Order: sequence, then C-alpha cells, then structure tokens
Amino acid sequence: MLAVVAGLLALPAAPSLAGKADDTLNVGFRLQLQGLDAYYAPGREGLLLSFWAYDALVYRDPKTLEFKPLLSTGWRQVDDRTLEFDIREGVKFHDGTVLTADDVTYTINFAVRPESKVFNQFFIAWIEGAKTVAANKVQITAKAVAPMALQYLTGLPIYPAKYYQQVGKEGMAAKPVGTGPYIARALPNNSFEFKRNPDYFADSPKGKPPIGRMVYKTIPDVSTQVAELLTGGLDWAYHVPNDQAEQLKTNPRLKVVNEESYRVAYLTLDAAGKSNPSTPMRDVRVRRAISHAIDREAIAKNLVGGASRVIHSACYPKQFGCIDDVMRFAYDPAKAKALLAEAGYADGFAVEIYGYRSRQIAEAIIGNLRAVGIRGNLNWLQYPAVVEKRRSNQAPMIVDDWGSASFNDVAAIVPVFFNGGIDDYSMDAEVTKLVDTGGTSLDPKLRAEVYAKALQRIAEQAFWVPLHTMPINYVFSADLDMAVPSDEIPEFFRARWK
Amino acid sequence: MAGFVLRRCLVAVLVLLAVSMLSFGLLKLSGDLATAMAGEQAGADYVAFLRKEYGLDRPLPVQYLHWLGRTLTGDLGTSFYYATPVTDLVAERLPITMTLGLSALLFAVTLSVPLGVLAALHPDGWIDRVVLGIALLGQATPTFWLCFLMILLFGINLRWLPISGTASAAHYVMPTVALGYYAAPAFTRIVRAGMIEALASDYVRTARAKGLRPHAVVLQHALRNALVPVVSVAAVQLGFMLGGSVVIETIFALHGVGYLAWQSISQNDYPVVQAIVLTIACFYVVLTLAADLLNAAIDPRIRLS
Repeated sequence: MLAVVAGLLALPAAPSLAGKADDTLNVGFRLQLQGLDAYYAPGREGLLLSFWAYDALVYRDPKTLEFKPLLSTGWRQVDDRTLEFDIREGVKFHDGTVLTADDVTYTINFAVRPESKVFNQFFIAWIEGAKTVAANKVQITAKAVAPMALQYLTGLPIYPAKYYQQVGKEGMAAKPVGTGPYIARALPNNSFEFKRNPDYFADSPKGKPPIGRMVYKTIPDVSTQVAELLTGGLDWAYHVPNDQAEQLKTNPRLKVVNEESYRVAYLTLDAAGKSNPSTPMRDVRVRRAISHAIDREAIAKNLVGGASRVIHSACYPKQFGCIDDVMRFAYDPAKAKALLAEAGYADGFAVEIYGYRSRQIAEAIIGNLRAVGIRGNLNWLQYPAVVEKRRSNQAPMIVDDWGSASFNDVAAIVPVFFNGGIDDYSMDAEVTKLVDTGGTSLDPKLRAEVYAKALQRIAEQAFWVPLHTMPINYVFSADLDMAVPSDEIPEFFRARWK
Repeated sequence: MAGFVLRRCLVAVLVLLAVSMLSFGLLKLSGDLATAMAGEQAGADYVAFLRKEYGLDRPLPVQYLHWLGRTLTGDLGTSFYYATPVTDLVAERLPITMTLGLSALLFAVTLSVPLGVLAALHPDGWIDRVVLGIALLGQATPTFWLCFLMILLFGINLRWLPISGTASAAHYVMPTVALGYYAAPAFTRIVRAGMIEALASDYVRTARAKGLRPHAVVLQHALRNALVPVVSVAAVQLGFMLGGSVVIETIFALHGVGYLAWQSISQNDYPVVQAIVLTIACFYVVLTLAADLLNAAIDPRIRLS
C-alpha cells in the first residue's frame, strides 16, 4: 500500500486554487485552538494565538533573540524584583479603544490571581503583582528575583480592561479584542479566521501583516493535512513526519524544511533512589554504564533524522547558559558492561521504563540496554500519566523530552528538574545550590558561570542521559515567502506571497 | 404494550447508569486531569491547586456521585478545557455527526437492499458470489485505508471532491461512503438470508401459484418479511455510526461528536466524555426501543408475544 501511496504522491499536482489567488493563507494544525481567549487556550496553539491576535509588553526578535519593546517603549529594573515599563502611547485595540497603563495592570493582575485559573501558569507563577505608577508607567513585581522576567512577559498578552470585565472569558472567546497584527474570529468546524488589523501600530517590531487573511484549520490527521497540502487546500503545516515529508520534497509546488526546535530528548535516571531506595541507579558507575550503552548517534541519525543532533548536556545547545563542554559518554557497550560488573551488576538488572512520545526511540533504547544486560520493561502511557508517575516517585527511568516553552535560557529546563523538588530524581545538593544561585541573580555572567558548573556536574554524575534535539518538518507552499522559525513559533504576520 | 415500554425504559436507565460508571472509571485510570490541564510547564503546586479546585482530590465514588447528582438536575457541567457548558459543546457538534450518520445509513441501505435481493434471487450463482465478494470486502477493508484511497483518488488525482471540512454537501460524500460501506455488508447478508428464506416459504409459493407477477412476489411479499431484521440492525448500526465515526471524523476533519470524544478522552476532560457517552448510550437505547416498536408494527407476531 505504501508503494501505491508513494507513487500517487509523486504525481505532479495541478496548480492550487486557494492561497495566493485570494490572499488567504490556509494553515493547518493538528490540535484545535480551544477558544480565542489566549489565557484560556492551552498548549502551543494558545501561545501562538497570543502572538497573532494580541501583543505583549515585550517581543523577542526571532533572529537575534533580543528582547524588543512591543506594547512598551522601554523598561528599567527599579529594584531586584521590580521592572518598570513605559507603556506605548496611541496603540489601539481592535475595538478602537486606546491602550492605557491600567489595561496592562489589570491584565497582569487578572492573570496572576489563582482564581482566574488561566492555563499557562508557567508564564505567570513568578509574578507577585502589577501596579500603575504614572499615566504611562507600570511596575511589575516578581515574587523573587526573576532573571527570566522578560522571557515570561513575551507570552502575556495585554487585554482591554473594560471590555474584558464586561464580557468575561466567554465574551472574549466569542469576540476577541486585542492589539495584535490580526483580528481573530471563529469560523464553523473549528476553523478560525485572522484578518489583517488595518490600524496596527506602525512601530511594532512584528510589522504589519503583508497577507490580508489567514485561516487556521484544525485537521487532526497528518495524512489528511498532506493531502490538503498537495491540493492547495493548505498552504502551511508543521510537525509533518519524516516519511511523508520526504515524499513531499519531490513536489515542486511545496517546500519542505527541517528545523530544530527548543525541544530536547533525554533519559531520566533515578539517581536519588526515589522509586526504590535500593535501585542500582544510585551508583554513578551504573548511570555511566547506561550512558555508554545507548547509541545516541544512531538514534538521532536513523530514528529522528533531519537536522537532529546528539546532545551531551541537559539543555538545548542554543540556550543561554547551555554548555557543550561536559563529560561525554561515547557509545561503548563493552565499557558499559565493565562498569556494571565493577558496580556489582555483572548480570544486569531489571528496570521499569516510562515513555509517551516516540515508541520507536524508546524501543531502540531498550534494545541498547538489553545488550549490556539491563532488562527494561516499557510502560507506554499518556503524558499526564507519566508526569503523575514521576511526581509520585514511581518512575525509575523515563524517555522524556522538554521544549522549554521555546525560552532561550537554561533556566527554563535545568531548574525544573534539578531544584531538589518533586520533579527532581537526582536530589543533588550541589546542583540544587548552583541552580538556586542562578535563579536568584540578575547578573548574566554569574548565571552563566553557575549553570555551567551545574551542567558539568549533571553530566559527570550522569543524572540524565541527554539524547538528541528534536527538529520539526515544516511544509509550505512554494508561493509563500516565510522564514521557518527556530523556536517553533510561526510568525504568519511576516509571511508574504512571492 | 405500555408495560413493555415501561420495562424497556427501566432497563434503559440501568444501562445508562452502568455505562456512565464504567466510562468514569476508565477515564480516571488513564491519567490525572489536573496534570493534563496544568500543561507541560506547570509546577506541582499549581497541579495540586487545580486538583483541589476541581474536587479531583476527593475519593472517586464521591466525585462520581457529585457528577451524577448534577446530571440528574440537567446540569452536565462545564468542560475543563472550553469555557462553554458541555451541553452546548455537544449540541453544536451533534448536527455534523447526525448528518454523517444518517446519510451513511441511507447509503448503506440503498446499496445493500438491492444487492441482497439480487443475490437471493440467484443463490450461489455468479451474481451472488460478486455481491458476497463486495460485502466481504466492505467488512474486511480497514476504514482508514478506504478513506485514504478515496482521498488519493477523488481528492488528489481527480480533484472531484474536497478532502476535509464541512463547508458543503460535497464534503460529506467521502465520509458517507466510507462509513456507509463499512455498515453495508451486515445489511446485505441479512437481506440475502431473509430473502432466500422468504422465497422458499409457503406463502411465496402460494403467491406465485396465484399467478402474481414476479416483481410483486419479490417486493411485496418476500421483501417485506426479509426487512424485519434489517430494521433492528439499522437501529443498532445507526447507534454505531453516531458513536463509532471517530476515525472517519478525524481523518476528514469533520468536527462532530466523534472527534470531540476522541479529543476529550486524550485530555481527560471527563465532563465532556461523560456527556458524549451518555448521549450515545441514549441514542442506542432509544433506537433499540424504536426498532422493537417498528418491528412490532411490521410483524404482528412480535406484537402478540
């Protein structure tokens, strides 16, 4: 059957009907956008919505990764925990009202209140509150020193206070009002229309959208997405699996680009003995043996494919503070066996392994481990169930991955898993102390230094087996002139037709 | 008759209760809602907060009884993921699933009744073999495979039909055929078997002996009797089509109840899952009841017993 499909896919397709001709960019997503209120739209889709229909105080330039003022015109650190923002004047919401400092204060304070139950807590949990200190000045205070404050703020869209108080989240979901480059509206069948905002402020670093209309189509099945790409029903899709992407490369109407995201895969090891106080993995020699046993090159090259590369450190290589200069473990089953024997496990041992994303990769790892005598038993679950296992001390080994919310800072990954808390399976006092120092300082030099030390210790102690980066296939119309994002955040407002 | 209906309704309520308990339990086994809702980056504190906020920290039977109590007052709750009440979510999507289910049933019956009759008229002849072959193929073909073949042929190569969405009637053609073709073999076999039996019966022989035209014998006398089981099977099949179109709705991006169910299950959004399970169970119960009553109307023997 695959041969038939491959043969049919290779046939030249007729020119597209939609897209360029009617200035409508049809983009396909597997998951639906659950409403248009960005604070109640979970996941990556909700984050993307906040960039398209709304604006935040700060914007991260996708090329330079520098922070630029968006709804603010500048900011300063007032004290260790407080940032002061100058609010941009003359910016209009989609309903014509003018943005004020009070809108900013209201939105931040609304999101911070636990009763609001907004979805993306990760972006909010650090904030104590906001207050308007002058006509166009807002101060945001953090609960503790927050070196990633600006990163977080890029993901907090600003709402019109009066309108939102009037209509609530149901009203906002039905008729969203933001300041963003697009005005959003729900269409039937879980599609959403994003029309160019004609009054979008000229100084925005996002720029005015060259394409007049974008339609978000929810197509859960990837093969259907591919069929729509082939017939011009879609102009853009991402997360297309490698086998399908390879086939699409032969089609002259489409462009296929494989690009890394911030997501990295790794294997967690129960070095602290949380799942079982007598687990062999408490012995560093065993953890190093596991690191030597896994053929990461082969996994990255043959199973992940594309631009994937092996990582040696517990972070994504581009992130601030991520160093690659750490202890490395080459693929060496003989050495792994020797280390196991030295630790008293010449006959290996049995271990429960949890996984949720790529079964192929998990099975490759199990195969590698079996070759040195470690008998892994795979437990395949949904992601939340795996997290539950981890947090209830029942997961000795997880084939895990982490996207850092596309934050360009190791603080979005290392402290999450090495803070001595519920998600930490190493419970190493030294790493925790370093991570705490990094998390409570605003000095980039000091932070880089302590994170480097923490990453060195994590590698040397083999608390994790860092595996590989996880690139994504982007497939889009050859008519489309659009940069492929390096952070998994497609900026359709920059796209133009060729 | 009234006693019969009453008894059936009582059984129906018990069935619904059992079904809701089962789906509640299964969903709870699949993972923690609070963790799913909190999202990948959320810390343990927030997960604990959500768990408390939504009452997920209470014992399972308490959670179930709480849900049941509200349901009995007509409140199916609010989805954890959408800001809208569950009833609205289901009601919004039901027309799509109903359109698909009914058109697929119509397609299945239109295809299988003539085929079944044709096969029965020439039992073991080549027509019969071809018809049974078609039926066998329908039952053996995985639905998703048929969907993709149609997409390749009619969507990509011939460009006759749109591939995904619900914008026009044309959008329903491929999903209808895929869903209907899967259900057709059951009908074909039943019609064929029923017709062979009816054609061999005494009353048909009598009708023939009376000199009635062959058409009248086949359509008015034999088919009427052969259709009795078709009605009950159709009721069950419609229930299946309303609930079992998950794969087809997912492939053709029809955002109906099946797709909503799939999505809610993967997110542990149990108010939605419970509401859908109940809705579909209700359909089954009502349809089975309707089939019994219809059968009683067609066949007096059922009424008498």
